[in-house]
Amino acid sequence: MTAMSFADAVREGLAEEMRRDPLVWALGEDLSTAHGGTSANQYRGLIEEFGAKRIVNTPISENTIMGAAVGAAVAGTRPVADLRMADFGMCAVDELVNQAAKIRYMFGGQARVPLVVRQAIGVRKGAAAQHSQSTEAWYVHTPGLVVLAPGTPADGRGLLKSAIRADDPVVFMEHKDLWGAQGEVPNDEGVVPIGEAKILRDGSDLTIVSWSKMAQQALATADTLAGDGASVEVIDLRTLWPWDKATVYASVAKTGRLLVAQESVQVGGFASEIAADVTENCTTDLKTFPRRIGAPRMPVPYAESMENEFRVTTERVAAKAREVLDA
Amino acid sequence: MSTTEQRDNSPARIFDLYKTMCLIRAFEERAEIAFDDGFVNGSIHQYIGQEAVGTGVCSNLRRSDYILSNHRGHGHSIAKGADPKAMMKELMGRVGGTSGAKGGSMHIADFSVGMLGANGVLADGLTMGVGAAQAISLKGEDSIVAVFVGDGTTNRGPFYEALNWAMVYELPILFVCENNTYASSTLTSSVTAGDGPVARAKAFGMPAFDVDGNDVVAVDALAADLVGRVRGGEGPHFLHARTYRVKGHISRDKLLYRRDGETEENWQNEPLGHCAAWLAENGMDESELRAAHADAYAKIDAAVAAAKDAPFPDAALAYEDVQDFGPPEPWVTTGDPS
Repeated sequence: MTAMSFADAVREGLAEEMRRDPLVWALGEDLSTAHGGTSANQYRGLIEEFGAKRIVNTPISENTIMGAAVGAAVAGTRPVADLRMADFGMCAVDELVNQAAKIRYMFGGQARVPLVVRQAIGVRKGAAAQHSQSTEAWYVHTPGLVVLAPGTPADGRGLLKSAIRADDPVVFMEHKDLWGAQGEVPNDEGVVPIGEAKILRDGSDLTIVSWSKMAQQALATADTLAGDGASVEVIDLRTLWPWDKATVYASVAKTGRLLVAQESVQVGGFASEIAADVTENCTTDLKTFPRRIGAPRMPVPYAESMENEFRVTTERVAAKAREVLDA
Repeated sequence: MSTTEQRDNSPARIFDLYKTMCLIRAFEERAEIAFDDGFVNGSIHQYIGQEAVGTGVCSNLRRSDYILSNHRGHGHSIAKGADPKAMMKELMGRVGGTSGAKGGSMHIADFSVGMLGANGVLADGLTMGVGAAQAISLKGEDSIVAVFVGDGTTNRGPFYEALNWAMVYELPILFVCENNTYASSTLTSSVTAGDGPVARAKAFGMPAFDVDGNDVVAVDALAADLVGRVRGGEGPHFLHARTYRVKGHISRDKLLYRRDGETEENWQNEPLGHCAAWLAENGMDESELRAAHADAYAKIDAAVAAAKDAPFPDAALAYEDVQDFGPPEPWVTTGDPS
């Protein structure tokens, strides 16, 4: 194992896949400037190794970044399109949802669309309404797409590899606050399969299901609750579609209580789907109905005092968890 | 046009183009009858009046070249070599349709001949087309891409992104703008500033040329030249073909937005008659022209009959080809433990 940051681990994963397969290439804004990509230098050094045909520094043209990735995927390559932030990803929803997600289907299986689109999510302090959104639920709702939201450096590297190797279009959502987070990364290939959740902590009284940064935060919540004498199991879904129902069901069978925690707006969010699914399918295992926690249905405000109202903090998750434990 | 003089402009070649145009015309006319008789659902966007553009461009492409189309894609598909019988099955939603009856008229595609799809969202063929060209460039192949768009699409943002992009990366792509005068039911000129598509393409430094899109001899000659330049590594080119959409936006369109006599006036210049006259002037016997015309309709009538005879797909096929990871689950009775 080697300690490295999330951003470094994902960059390593991309470089390793590009060495393995000459048809893998990346495109996006600022990928080959001295700065080396978005805030976390995720592409630093790659243009020197792979050249400008495989690390393509693009104009600010989100429609074409996404559309070109679709066309290039259909024509036999494996593009990784970086849209910098989920907020900018909205400029290219048409190409992702109307084309990438549907081409295999509406053309009767004549083509596959093996592409990855990176869209960073999450509240970043002071980034406000248009640079802090988490839109994973939009894409989980779209048939044809795979949605990944890794929370650790090892999972970021390993899931990016699986995403690149998949023949489905994959939305890869990394939390901006995680880019600098350190973690142990395996020295071997370290591929993490799509669709497998990870139990971050064993427990017997309550299951907290989450993903991305919130799953790491749930560990802190579990520590807090341990002080109250509660044993909390924490599951990091890692893959949102297809989500690992078997692991969640087995955990609920053990604990009988479920809280699904998400950073994004609660209304219409993915936590609602998990809570409803478990309610329907784990009826006899549940000691109380599942609960959700997510952000209020408002844009992300700027000033810290108000921004904190949007945040699903450890304290808020702990309070909700106590509600489930006491029910 | 440096290469035009040396190319094959023989009546035999133009006669082949005439046959393709007849096939497209017959397909569109028979598709409308099938629609009116209830065999086709949704809507159909006919290519009648524009046959010379798709035919003249695609006749200069190789099977390994890619084309990307739009909602009006029947003609492009036939011109690129798609099987009209499989296409008619697709329109009628039958087994054996080009897209397995999952797409219908607006999603005709035949990847086996490089036809990467008709498409319901305008301008997306442009962005996907530059991506296909980028794949060709990355793989070091000598194929090219041709993207067909209408005049209305030149008012969408991705048009500008894609033209800029193609020039920046010097991609092997030919943009074909079929100016059929209408953006759905709106006169494009009434909603468009500036000097038109050619001027817009030239603003990116792209070589752009204008041609009478109802004259297949002229389209073929210009396309031959531009395809040769693109394949020769000279980068993106733009072909603007002036034509006229004889039919409505869709077949049910009553054309209430047109002035009296407008359609009839333009019909005088429709491309099949134009081509037939050229062939007659160049020594082709009119009986041969009539026979070719009749042969095209016989082929399409056979396609219609085959489509009507083909079964509808099994409902369970609806669940296939969504995705490898997390495919849809079929309906189950509520409470079914399975």
